[in-house]
Amino acid sequence: MIHSLFLVNSSGDIFLEKHWKSVVSRSVCDYFFEAQERASEPENVPPVIPTPHHYLISVLRHRIYFVAVIQSEVPPLFVIEFLHRVVDTFQDYFGLCTEAAIKDNVVVVYELLEEMLDNGFPLATESNILKELIKPPTILRTVVNTITGSTNVGEQLPTGQLSVVPWRRTGVKYTNNEAYFDVVEEIDAIIDKSGSTITAEIQGVIDACVKLTGMPDLTLSFMNPRLLDDVSFHPCVRFKRWEAERILSFIPPDGNFRLLSYHVSSQNLVAIPVYVKHNITFREGSSQGRFELTLGPKQTMGKAVESVLVSSQLPRGVLNANLNASQGTYTFDPVTKLLTWDVGKINPQKLPSLKGSMSLQAGASKPDENPTIIIQFKIQQMAISGLKVNRLDMYGEKYKPFKGIKYMTKAGKFQVRT
Amino acid sequence: MSSGSGFGDEKGGSSSVGEPEYGHDPASGGIFSSDYKRHDDLKEMLDSNKDSLKLEAMKRIVAMIARGKNASDLFPAVVKNVACKNIEVKKLVYVYLVRYAEEQQDLALLSISTFQRGLKDPNQLIRASALRVLSSIRVTIIVPIMMLAIKEAASDMSPYVRKTAAHAIPKLYSLDPEQKDQLIEVIEKLLADKTTLVAGSVVMAFEEVCPERIDLIHKNYRKLCNLLIDVEEWGQVVIINMLTRYARTQFLNPNVNESLLEESGEKAFYGSDDEEGKEEKAEAAALAKRKPYVMDPDHRLLLRNTKPLLQSRNAAVVMAVAQLYFHLAPKAEVGVIAKALVRLMRSHSEVQYVVLQNVATMTIKRRGMFEPYLKSFYIRSTDPTQIKILKLEVLTNLANETNISTILREFQTYIKSMDKDFVAATIQAIGRCATNIGEVRDTCLNGLVQLLSNRDELVVAESVVVIKKLLQMQPEQHSDIIKHMAKLTDNIQVPMARASILWLIGEYCEHVPKIAPDVLRKMAKTFTNEEDIVKLQIINLAAKLYLTNSKQTKLLTQYVLNLAKYDQNYDIRDRARFIRQLIVPTDKSGALSKYAKKLFLALKPAPVLESPFKDRDHFQLGSLSHLLNAKAGGYQELPDWPETAPDPSVRNVEVPEWTKCSSREKRKEKKVEKPFYSDSEEESGPTESADSESDSASGSGSGSESEESGSGSESEESREESESEQEDKEDEEDKRKKKKKTDRGKVKAPAVESPESEESSGAEEKNRAQKVKGRRSGSESESEEEEESESESSRSESESESESESDTDAKKKKKAPVTKPPPKQAKKESKKEKKEMSLLDLDDFEPTPSPQVTPVNNFLSSSLVTDLEGLSLTDTVMAPTTIAPSGSVKTYELLHRITGEGLGVEYCFSRQPFSPDAHMVAVQIMFTNNTNAETKNLHVEDPKLQSGMRIKEFPEIELLPPGEMVTVVMGIDFCDSTQAANFQLCTHIRKFFVSIQPPVGELMMPVFMTENEFKKEQGQLMGMNEISEKLTLGEKCQNEHGIVQRVTSAANVSRVPCGSDKECRFAGKTVSSGILVLVTVATKEERAAQLTVNCEKMVIGTMLVKDILQALTQ
Repeated sequence: MIHSLFLVNSSGDIFLEKHWKSVVSRSVCDYFFEAQERASEPENVPPVIPTPHHYLISVLRHRIYFVAVIQSEVPPLFVIEFLHRVVDTFQDYFGLCTEAAIKDNVVVVYELLEEMLDNGFPLATESNILKELIKPPTILRTVVNTITGSTNVGEQLPTGQLSVVPWRRTGVKYTNNEAYFDVVEEIDAIIDKSGSTITAEIQGVIDACVKLTGMPDLTLSFMNPRLLDDVSFHPCVRFKRWEAERILSFIPPDGNFRLLSYHVSSQNLVAIPVYVKHNITFREGSSQGRFELTLGPKQTMGKAVESVLVSSQLPRGVLNANLNASQGTYTFDPVTKLLTWDVGKINPQKLPSLKGSMSLQAGASKPDENPTIIIQFKIQQMAISGLKVNRLDMYGEKYKPFKGIKYMTKAGKFQVRT
Repeated sequence: MSSGSGFGDEKGGSSSVGEPEYGHDPASGGIFSSDYKRHDDLKEMLDSNKDSLKLEAMKRIVAMIARGKNASDLFPAVVKNVACKNIEVKKLVYVYLVRYAEEQQDLALLSISTFQRGLKDPNQLIRASALRVLSSIRVTIIVPIMMLAIKEAASDMSPYVRKTAAHAIPKLYSLDPEQKDQLIEVIEKLLADKTTLVAGSVVMAFEEVCPERIDLIHKNYRKLCNLLIDVEEWGQVVIINMLTRYARTQFLNPNVNESLLEESGEKAFYGSDDEEGKEEKAEAAALAKRKPYVMDPDHRLLLRNTKPLLQSRNAAVVMAVAQLYFHLAPKAEVGVIAKALVRLMRSHSEVQYVVLQNVATMTIKRRGMFEPYLKSFYIRSTDPTQIKILKLEVLTNLANETNISTILREFQTYIKSMDKDFVAATIQAIGRCATNIGEVRDTCLNGLVQLLSNRDELVVAESVVVIKKLLQMQPEQHSDIIKHMAKLTDNIQVPMARASILWLIGEYCEHVPKIAPDVLRKMAKTFTNEEDIVKLQIINLAAKLYLTNSKQTKLLTQYVLNLAKYDQNYDIRDRARFIRQLIVPTDKSGALSKYAKKLFLALKPAPVLESPFKDRDHFQLGSLSHLLNAKAGGYQELPDWPETAPDPSVRNVEVPEWTKCSSREKRKEKKVEKPFYSDSEEESGPTESADSESDSASGSGSGSESEESGSGSESEESREESESEQEDKEDEEDKRKKKKKTDRGKVKAPAVESPESEESSGAEEKNRAQKVKGRRSGSESESEEEEESESESSRSESESESESESDTDAKKKKKAPVTKPPPKQAKKESKKEKKEMSLLDLDDFEPTPSPQVTPVNNFLSSSLVTDLEGLSLTDTVMAPTTIAPSGSVKTYELLHRITGEGLGVEYCFSRQPFSPDAHMVAVQIMFTNNTNAETKNLHVEDPKLQSGMRIKEFPEIELLPPGEMVTVVMGIDFCDSTQAANFQLCTHIRKFFVSIQPPVGELMMPVFMTENEFKKEQGQLMGMNEISEKLTLGEKCQNEHGIVQRVTSAANVSRVPCGSDKECRFAGKTVSSGILVLVTVATKEERAAQLTVNCEKMVIGTMLVKDILQALTQ
């Protein structure tokens, strides 16, 4: 399946290669570089590039291209999904997946890649099996290793691969047994020029951090499971139980994992927590444009809208922006023409606004497009869909765990057209 | 840090030529720069005795490999360490070995013995890893060793080793394709493996080595379907893709009927001739057969078992299921995949890219499926261009009369985008909408004309091109647009647009007779500066004008042709020469010039603006080939549906040799025999258990089929059954005759079969809920696990059930007498040898046409009454009177006859032990049919239970005649809680949500104990476990008798003999967990009394106290 993997950084250097079958010359990447040159933006490189003898399937994460070389028919999503899984694993191991981090840990990376694929077919992709095989590097461990000469390869043989619950290792022990669940919902919306909602939907995830001793069996139930329209589960969730009773029953993996992602049925009206008043105009013949933007809260159920960040890609003709923010700070990058305004918290009594003028290229005609405004925000302690966890129970272990559930709403792809 | 430093240190040593170095350190480079010294330090370190040094060296070497540096000259030094004790060194040596063994074959052989030793290690993980590395070494000379190792590992005890063996197969195959035959043998063996661990890997090997050997799958098909959900995600993808192909070769097209009726209309839209032709052929074939489509149960099994995987977090799995449904499912069911695919649109952009490509293909065939999700394809300004264009494609495909206005409004916003490629694509999309949807053609055209005044030239140019195409469809009405465009030639510079305008004017010069010559004049002036395509169109225009309006344009044309004659481009020179010959009449001009007008001004067909994704679905969706729209290496064609289904019996799993009868007739005979030992098979045979496991959920034919046969509960026979059932449909007449002819045994088979499977489906658990309504689903082979006695009694039930059925059902009447072989039954039971029953015994069981015989239950059961209860089910007439529940039992209403639409249901706790499961509370349910119509198929469905609770449903009541009453018993394990058990009560037409909530007193059963025992137990249940309450006795229960009566009616406890007449003692234990419950009522002077309850479960204790208190004080 996957023949080789090349990691290419943003400047087009191959800084790591790994072959699972016979060696493929790195010159195969030239086709990739060609495509990269043709693409105007980094993310416009086609994910699948055919070459005379191979196919290149690539993903772009953290400004690194992960280019897999394929020789014959394979579902492209199979490869793409696997590459993303590789990146996730690196992130899990090294905290962040940058070129520097990979280079610093090149041996661990190599060991991981060796375990993840056998002859190009995925072997162990569950993070906890991998962690049993290869210990993640921590500062303490590296220090100890350099002194004692011990290794970061697991001494015991990985029994997880044999277990019926491959996502959980055996013999987990904690002194504080805790299970935290974060219900995070994101609002994806497109708001019309006039302020009406063109499309809005809520996507949510439940991320868990479970640190429990032994083999706990958890059940999580919702007050209003009917809200969930479409769900996808971590493999640990028992599907039949959900089908029959709408209860999430699972033996959790150890540590952080995404339990569930869901989509709230589109029949429900989505509450849009912020509104934007905008007036962005360019006059014909003048080298000035007006820019006015006011934000306000709307349908927030009494919760504060925080960490608001507004960004907008201004037309190419704009030379500079001379604005005045009533709150927060704004920056305008004259090269990329990107305007960002870090608003912070919205105070309903005193609405934040950004007003001023833009100077345009002299003589250029008025730009005919209006910029789109992208808004990010957070609302703590609320899931905008109204989803509520009813209870969390643990079976199979004697101790009483500490349980916590946190709700949060965020802007997903929240765009206002002007 | 160690690895980090390793990475840095080695740089100097490895400075090979031509490779760029990152952060090359000149200082270290100086030390080791000379070639002969290269890697000497590493060699030294590898030779040392210290593991830490070795490790350091290996880390540096691996870092070199990672960066693509050549480290092959270290091979001898490294390979020595293959037997190193340190596990990390060993692993890194493996990495090195696998990378360089191919180049250093001879030296690599040194390491082989280490692995061979490893293959014999008692630890499975070491065996596996040895095999893994051994098979990864690409050295031809060791092929025999690898072959041997794989064969051995394929029969290893450990599934993990077998998995590794499966992985090794493609490795060996790529090394030496000669081994194919032997490898196929191994694959065949591993395919039969029943563990989920192996399944994915072996199918992968199958796909790489011998994808054409579809026959190897037959026997494993059902097993693979059933294992699928538990296989790891990557294996799921491979298996699903393979099964899609398999199903295409083995089953019939589920849409064959619909395609006759409906699709023709839809197809016409994009319809191409050969498609229609094909369809007609299919139509003819289908008509010839005149056979209603019945889905093969195996086909259904596949669809059912893959559906939950749409919920997978892995996009590849979701896509695999989606393509399976798209290619295999009946049209009505394909819709389920849309939601899941739309969900994937939230994922990484690469995932979106692939999914959108597939959605684009699907929307052409099945537009309706994605229409509800239209808005999910709206474009955001932050999407990468390639995603935007794909979304646009989908939106265009989804456009229809109803949603076109919203889509066009969206498109209008897109046109204002800064991304010009995207704007161009949008304009094309508008053009396509306009051609596809007649109503909006004018609107679109007007919109596009407005765009002609756009400042951006690209936008204008694209619009011109699209307008040209649109105008070609109806030029007469749009001469003003053509005029408008003629004016644009002054401004517009994009060659393609200019060429389009010129073409338009030339083509429709008759509509713009005044302007056309003028345009030519202008063009003639600028001719030399134009691009080639424009020049060609100028020549074209000139020629056309010359033919229509030679008076005005003769000279101009001459001029243009002269200019062209000396053009640099030979195409243009050629064209000029060619046209001159055609249009300018000369003496020599041939016959062609007469036809010049016809040649140039022929009516040209309007272009069809069609999706680039049309017809892409002949590639399997989700495949690389589909994405590229070109066949990738190793792509397996998705075969067309067969005209007639191949023999489905090939999927039957190995059973004793009598299944192997070849002729149909014989098979029928076998079928006849089947019901006789189906029970015994289910219960015993270890050989069979595997089959029934794999086939558990299999059966369930389509509705029509289940009418007669219920569904296949057994592995083998049901297949036969359904097959012959299909046959039945084909010519029922014929069958009838046959039935008469054949001996009775044969005839009765289906009849006996059906109640049986009904029985087991009654025993089925909640997973039923998933199953499609209206189809009696295949029974999970739960009966296997059931106690012997259970299946025994159920069998008798089912038999007599079938009898009552046959009584009422005229059609089945003739089967009635033979429905049951009671003598056999009695005999068997008396022998109590079900397990040992050999096949030969069957001969004794010649079906005796005996009339109704009450089944005899000789086996010992815990309670005779329950047995009787069980029997009561069998005969509707005797039911209500059979058992009067002991004592005065309170009945509760489950379903009022008004809400139940005439069906009244009451229940009571009969206080009898529930024999199938001692931990369950027996609930007696009484159905009364108050309507004038028969109520059929009463059964329980979809229980919604608190965790731990279980239900044992009552067997389905086939028929409840009007005015009749029937009583059944079901068991519920309440887990010693008073939580209600909720479930649905289903009749053949309706479903009712009902719930049974037990009073706490019914959760227990009496225990007999002596006074001393009672005191001893009570002594242990003091303190927290004791609850006492003072009370005043009610008027009617002041004497001992009254108290006993009240207490026993409130709780299912028994009285414990007691010396004192002031005290009454009762004992019981909870049904589910058997916890003791002790009740003491001590009477005092007047009517005062004290109630004490001792119970370990305080909740039960308190609730019981409350209940008894209430009973006593009233």
